[in-house]
Amino acid sequence: MENKTVTLTVDGVTVTVPADATVLDAAREAGVNIPTLCYLKDVNAIGSCRLCLVEIQGARGLQAACVSPVAEGQVVTTNSPKLRETRRMNLELILSNHNRECTSCVRSGNCELQALCREYGVDDYPYDGKLSSEKYDDVSPSIVRDNSKCINCRRCVATCNKVQGIGAIGVSGRGFRSEIGCIYGESLADSPCVYCGQCILACPVGALKEKDSISDVYAALASGKHVVVQPAPAVRATIGEEFGYPVGTSVTGKLATALRRLGFAKVFDTDFGADLTIMEEGAELIHRLQNGGKLPMITSCSPGWVNYCEKFYPEFLPNLSTCKSPHEMEGAMIKTYYAEKAGIDPKDIYVVSVMPCTAKKFEAKRGELSHDGLQDVDAVLTVRELAKMIRSAGIDFRRLPDSDFDSLLGESSGAGVIFGATGGVMEAALRTVYEKLTGKTLDDVNFTAVRGTAGVKEAEIDLDGKKITVAVANGTKNASNLLEAVKRGERDYTFIEVMGCPGGCVCGGGTPIVNATDRVYIDLKAERAKALYAEDAGKPNRKSHENSEIKAIYADFLGSPNSHKAHELLHTSYSPRAKYSKHEA
Amino acid sequence: MALTKEQIASKTEELKAFIAAHKDIDGPLMPIMQHAQESFSYLSMETMTLIADSLGIPVADVYGIATFYAQFSLKPKGDYVVSVCQGTACYVKGAAAVLEEVKSRLGIEAGETTPDGKFSIQDTRCLGCCGLAPVMVVNGDVYGRLVPADIKGILEKYDA
Repeated sequence: MENKTVTLTVDGVTVTVPADATVLDAAREAGVNIPTLCYLKDVNAIGSCRLCLVEIQGARGLQAACVSPVAEGQVVTTNSPKLRETRRMNLELILSNHNRECTSCVRSGNCELQALCREYGVDDYPYDGKLSSEKYDDVSPSIVRDNSKCINCRRCVATCNKVQGIGAIGVSGRGFRSEIGCIYGESLADSPCVYCGQCILACPVGALKEKDSISDVYAALASGKHVVVQPAPAVRATIGEEFGYPVGTSVTGKLATALRRLGFAKVFDTDFGADLTIMEEGAELIHRLQNGGKLPMITSCSPGWVNYCEKFYPEFLPNLSTCKSPHEMEGAMIKTYYAEKAGIDPKDIYVVSVMPCTAKKFEAKRGELSHDGLQDVDAVLTVRELAKMIRSAGIDFRRLPDSDFDSLLGESSGAGVIFGATGGVMEAALRTVYEKLTGKTLDDVNFTAVRGTAGVKEAEIDLDGKKITVAVANGTKNASNLLEAVKRGERDYTFIEVMGCPGGCVCGGGTPIVNATDRVYIDLKAERAKALYAEDAGKPNRKSHENSEIKAIYADFLGSPNSHKAHELLHTSYSPRAKYSKHEA
Repeated sequence: MALTKEQIASKTEELKAFIAAHKDIDGPLMPIMQHAQESFSYLSMETMTLIADSLGIPVADVYGIATFYAQFSLKPKGDYVVSVCQGTACYVKGAAAVLEEVKSRLGIEAGETTPDGKFSIQDTRCLGCCGLAPVMVVNGDVYGRLVPADIKGILEKYDA
């Protein structure tokens, strides 16, 4: 049975494809682009939007290509007057209860429905009906759901359930009244949602978006406060896409310049915070190893993962590293170390983080991440939001000269850079832990066994004779599979890295949205990660503990990793939380 | 009548046993939900969570099915379920006015239960006795050829 293929023709082009392919796959193989809306490769194929309709010779009626299996000798037509007319009518029907406020919509210009309407020449609204739902949920600090724009394609539901294993949302009701949302019409804020934002990336229209922080940031910039910014590692590998660069283009220098031109007083770098995290987390791991501490130790950088752990695996909370995440560490250092050096009252400092992440918006508001009544970070912008600000400020991104981040909290090693990709935190930690534990210099800093986009990776690491087993999971469902294996006693690890989003931060819920068709052809996880690994390889220093500003901050301010001061400012702990906060027992 | 704590506990145990016996059949969800609905007269958050966790699916999936099919209820049904037929024959014979009268007498909408837990109203489709249109059924007692003026007396029989 294996490797069986079938041969068919699509619009007169003969193609040979695997026997388990769909007509949609075969058409793509033949270079024919069939329109889709509810289809999302590997995630959602339900044939419900009726846009991928095709004619199959001998079959009754029109067939949905995304769910039609191929057959030997099949003759498929994808482009006929009848198909064009039917697809256009189906688009008009979808529009009949879609809130068509395109000009003010967050997805204008990047909306799959809008693009298809343009392609099919929809120039009128012949079926102007009522909206089936006007539910607007903006209670959570991370994600906004606007059902007036939802087309019930269920890509978000499939992503939340099948990809992330969370199931915060589903379809309720029936017929015209069926809508997507949480149980009892409750808010995402009261649901098992971990704010990863993968649903936003899955949405073809403007029904899902991040909670706006742009207005807060503009207000802070106009307030006379000392407004400081820091972009995460993954930002430099993704924001170029918003300005027409190919996926996987690193634009670090232009990013720093753009931030400066937006008026931020200092442009620091979360990569420094990542190096600082490695110093603290590496020391914590060594301490746990040498003192019989709780193992496996699990990373705590990803706020989507931390939320997931609190709600789904509270029994593993003692395993979490007590380290705050890199941008929170950076924020804490800005409001203490930098404030002291610059002679600025921390109350007058406003810290903005630019993140590939929607969960970071929630994280920044946590009480666990504050000091002396001040939040470590005051506002979090997604990559998309920053791109919007750059555009509206009239900054011609592509023509910007490169510049560097500001000193004191702006230098980074290659280890800090790769934090944005799955496996990156593990590799960065291993580079430092190896040298600290053995006192020897690493010959090869590349731990390639933990690289790559597999959902779960395992490796045995030889720390100069002492062998430890490590694992890396990306995406909460993969994390669940890994933790279940640990619980069953089938696996035993010393150190685990978990990132809440598939592929890690470079594919986080705050990154540029790539439409479903491009997602078929571009491996976003791999391409974006490549940009970070290339930047790492090009760095003169690739180990966190050799970052000169890191050395300075310990010498001048923190003392040593895991010192009393470091614990007070850079560490925290988390507690179990109910999945359904309105139904707590 | 609202269930007592003891009744809920014993029905929950019984539901757990039912789930254990059915979770490995093809399509276990519907029969389990139907059993729970019949046993508790509605599907509470606790019941839906128990079903979801037992089958390893999100509560949102159970909720979705509970809101899709009219046979499931998210709120406890009353001691007496008043089903007022709104099928075609009953409708043309004035069933809408009958339903209005029931709703105003009980002070609740269709699909709701009175605060004392005594009555629920259900608007149903054809009950299969169109010759008696318009028809209403209270816990199996059939009342036919109704006019709104009949409703007061019928409800009083159950409100002792």
